[in-house]
Amino acid sequence: MSLLSIDNLSVNVESSGEVRPVLNGLKLQINPGEVHAIMGPNGSGKSTLAHVVARKPGYSIQSGVVLFKDQLLNEMEPEEVAQSGLFLGFQYPVEIPGVSNMEFLKASSDSLNKARSKEPESTTDFMKRVRSIASSLDLDQDFLKRGVNEGFSGGEKKRNEILQMLVLKPDLAVLDETDSGLDIDALKTVSNGVNAFRESSNGVLLITHYQRLLDYVVPDFVHVLSEGRIIQSGDKSLALELESKGYAWLQ
Amino acid sequence: MANQSVQDIIDSEKVYEAGFITDVESETLPPGLDENVVRHISSQKNEPEWLTTWRLRAFKSWQSMSPPAWGHIDHPEIDFQSISYYSAPKSHLDGPKSLDEVDPELLATYEKLGIPLHEQEALAGVVQNSDNNNVAVDVVFDSVSITTTFKEKLAEAGVIFCPISEAVQKHPELVKKYLGKVIPQRDNFFAALNSAVFTDGSFVYIPKGVRCPMELSTYFRINERNTGQFERTLIIADEGSHVSYLEGCTAPMRDENQLHAAVVELVALGDAEIKYSTVQNWYPGDAEGRGGIYNFVTKRGLCAGRKAKISWTQIETGSAITWKYPSVILRGDESVGEFYSVALTNNKQQADTGTKMIHIGRDTKSTIIAKGISAGKSDSTYRGLVRVSPTASDARNFTQCDSLLIGNECGAHTFPYIESKNSSCVVEHEASTSKVSEDQLFLCQQRGIDAEKAVSIIVNGFCKDVFRELPMEFAVEAGKLLEVSLEGAVG
Ligand SMILES: Nc1ncnc2c1ncn2[C@@H]1O[C@H](COP(=O)(O)OP(=O)(O)O)[C@@H](O)[C@H]1O
Ligand SMILES: [Mg+2]
Repeated sequence: MSLLSIDNLSVNVESSGEVRPVLNGLKLQINPGEVHAIMGPNGSGKSTLAHVVARKPGYSIQSGVVLFKDQLLNEMEPEEVAQSGLFLGFQYPVEIPGVSNMEFLKASSDSLNKARSKEPESTTDFMKRVRSIASSLDLDQDFLKRGVNEGFSGGEKKRNEILQMLVLKPDLAVLDETDSGLDIDALKTVSNGVNAFRESSNGVLLITHYQRLLDYVVPDFVHVLSEGRIIQSGDKSLALELESKGYAWLQ
Repeated sequence: MANQSVQDIIDSEKVYEAGFITDVESETLPPGLDENVVRHISSQKNEPEWLTTWRLRAFKSWQSMSPPAWGHIDHPEIDFQSISYYSAPKSHLDGPKSLDEVDPELLATYEKLGIPLHEQEALAGVVQNSDNNNVAVDVVFDSVSITTTFKEKLAEAGVIFCPISEAVQKHPELVKKYLGKVIPQRDNFFAALNSAVFTDGSFVYIPKGVRCPMELSTYFRINERNTGQFERTLIIADEGSHVSYLEGCTAPMRDENQLHAAVVELVALGDAEIKYSTVQNWYPGDAEGRGGIYNFVTKRGLCAGRKAKISWTQIETGSAITWKYPSVILRGDESVGEFYSVALTNNKQQADTGTKMIHIGRDTKSTIIAKGISAGKSDSTYRGLVRVSPTASDARNFTQCDSLLIGNECGAHTFPYIESKNSSCVVEHEASTSKVSEDQLFLCQQRGIDAEKAVSIIVNGFCKDVFRELPMEFAVEAGKLLEVSLEGAVG
């Protein structure tokens, strides 16, 4: 069974009455144990892809199918997608003022367990686990008491996404430019987090603008997205080539 | 199927769990208000002559007054002659009873509402980790108090906690000294009306230097059709004493509007502290705006002595209309006034609420944190006044008003008035308006949390600064209540 299987996906976005196609016949398959990277210039549709698989409202699927663990995602509610094990690390995480990080993580973990007919993790065990993951990401204990993304620096927001991923243990993590805006130390911390997450049973889709992340998290496949479709796929060397020659080389 | 938007969630039906009717035989006065009705209420309660006269004077004043028109609320004119001003369950005509004598039908009512009337029980759903989880309750059903719990235990500490009708009989000197001293009869139209026809409510006196050994609370329930509830509460904290008091209210679901016009007076003498919390959950009316309680309430505290402190915390989720401004008169030097408020309106509810902080003493300090949440087609207004008198040197106020909008059809308004007559004071005001955004909702959903729970989490976060002020025993309850109240906003 593949984790994610996308075939012939075309998607429109509508904003202020104007409809425009963003994805045009996209095809992608991710199997357990694989790390895929999607690269592409700004505006090529990377975030759109991430949002569509997470069923964010506002995107209309024109054609094609998206299967997650053999389930058709096209019509699912966003929380159902999450409950079946797909995690999206946001490019621009939003704030939820007054709701502490720890509280939010617990609500999230409890909801996921409930949807899977599992008992909630005891608060003590849960907090212990979260604290230890937080310290592995260089996040101090105070960080867990602060409101979700409230007044976080860019780097803290991104590390918080990784924290959530590690705590919630999804089957597939889609990380949308989690590397953008990080200094080299933070980039290493985030990469260590992703590498710690990798298992033979799960998968990662790294969406990135730069190849430098791929020095630390080595992908099995690299795809180039342009104008809403994948125009080239290869292994890590494709990323290096792209970096030296630029996207124009492919067009 | 399709994705749920914030708007879809709001459009679903509201569940008001306290909306049932208790079937008890009541003696209810026919609708209408004149001198005879005032006299009748007074004689039902066996009141002394001075109080009857006091009521009649208030009635005269009321007749010459008209309802306030400045609120940001809209409702058909109230016909004061169509309301019944007194209703009591027949089984309780001769006053409050001890628990084992209370009408079982009434006991069942409170059980259903989660109000503990058995002294060994803690409040339903309460966190059990405080070493003192007992709460003494005075229970007011329509116009009468039916029982008060833990009276003996409180008496040991010298605390008086009883229905105000009983205080009139047993502690007339205290009632006479303080009744109407913080809120004069003519203060406003509804205060005058209440002074004329008030029925029951609680009386609290904490003697000098005593820390009240448990939370005190009064639970108000309107049951009869076409009756108004006019309760009167008077709390006196003598020098150096401390008390925390909580008030809760519910009513059945009915298609017609019912009037609730309470008066609450607090007096804190030197170094005394009163913490007054309200969880107001009167029936808010249905999604079309039919029915619900008109809640016109006057609440004011007087910090009479040096370093006195009065703190109002209110969670206002019910009522079709809420019109209330719990205020503090800071007369003692270095006295402190606080107002923490969450007002949630949904469907067609309207709330015009806020506070007044009147600084008279030197070095007085007030804090106002007001959180308004509007959903559906509702309207929520914060109205506040900070007045600094010439005598109030070095007075300080900090005000923060935040509004949270859910959906696109609701409204939020802020009217902060500042009148400063002393140049040494510092008055700070912060305000914000935000929306529950689709992006916040999506973040929660992407983490597995359904939309309904997500809205509740976001709203609870928004209210955190106020919830923190509630007695711990009630903070959990408040969170749950918000969730239920949002169920209208939340499916
Ligand atoms: N919600 C939206 N409303 C309007 N335009 C959008 C929306 N989402 C994406 N787009 C447009 O679709 C294109 C792809 O955007 P996006 O997927 O964010 O690209 P990338 O993540 O690769 O930078 C851009 O031209 C962008 O302006
Ligand atoms: Mg993007």
